[in-house]
Amino acid sequence: MVKTVAREPRTVIRGTLYRGHEGMWSWVLHRITGVAIYFFLLVHILDTATVRLDPELYNVVMAAYKTPIMGLGEAALVAAIVFHAFNGLRIILVDMTAWASRHQRALFYGVLGMWAVVMIAFLPRHLMHVFGG
Amino acid sequence: MKLLRFDRLAWLFMRVSGAVLVVLIFTHLTVNLMQDGGVKAIDFAFVAGKLADPFWQWFDVSLLWLALIHGTNGMRVIVDDYVYRTGLKKVLKASLAVSTVVLLVLGTLVIFTLDPCPVGSPAELLPSFCSAG
Repeated sequence: MVKTVAREPRTVIRGTLYRGHEGMWSWVLHRITGVAIYFFLLVHILDTATVRLDPELYNVVMAAYKTPIMGLGEAALVAAIVFHAFNGLRIILVDMTAWASRHQRALFYGVLGMWAVVMIAFLPRHLMHVFGG
Repeated sequence: MKLLRFDRLAWLFMRVSGAVLVVLIFTHLTVNLMQDGGVKAIDFAFVAGKLADPFWQWFDVSLLWLALIHGTNGMRVIVDDYVYRTGLKKVLKASLAVSTVVLLVLGTLVIFTLDPCPVGSPAELLPSFCSAG
């Protein structure tokens, strides 16, 4: 007698919460990181513009970026940028090549892997700058 | 048809600018956050020293234009996705357009008109080349 085992469906939906696959998460994260980066960009153009007004003023404005809390904010900002960058390259590949659209799921894990590698390279150095003497 | 043509151009712009921005922003982050001192080393002398070099002027002006237009177009897509009331949609898109034009003009002027050695500022705040001969 052949034993048949019912295969578990990939996504078990409990209640009404839709928890999508990799494609949905990459899309959600791309939006959230994009909006966050956009609002930082607005502030960043304005804070940089003070460089044109007065050296002392610019240094005072920049001091606001050198506090521990802002240092953590910068880490989060870089994390958002690096994800948005790699996931954006994934979107370009998926749009352009049939191979990438067949492997978009694997490519999403590739994005997460590359993100982790860059963050591991960036974080210790940045946190040393922020918290080290 | 005209609308379709605009959306197709916008789609293409996001891919092309996105790919270029990965290079520009990773360079920007490496030079400003990873290089010696990181965020703590950013002050008037550092920025004015960079912007005295035409390479960094053109680098930063490209970064400004590509990043802000890329971000604004992303926000436009999000407004189109989530805002249904036509009046509000118009107000939001107009605000995006106005703020983007204002910041592009402001940022471009700052980059190209910055005086790295303003008269009357203490020498220790200025790039070292200001006091050299």
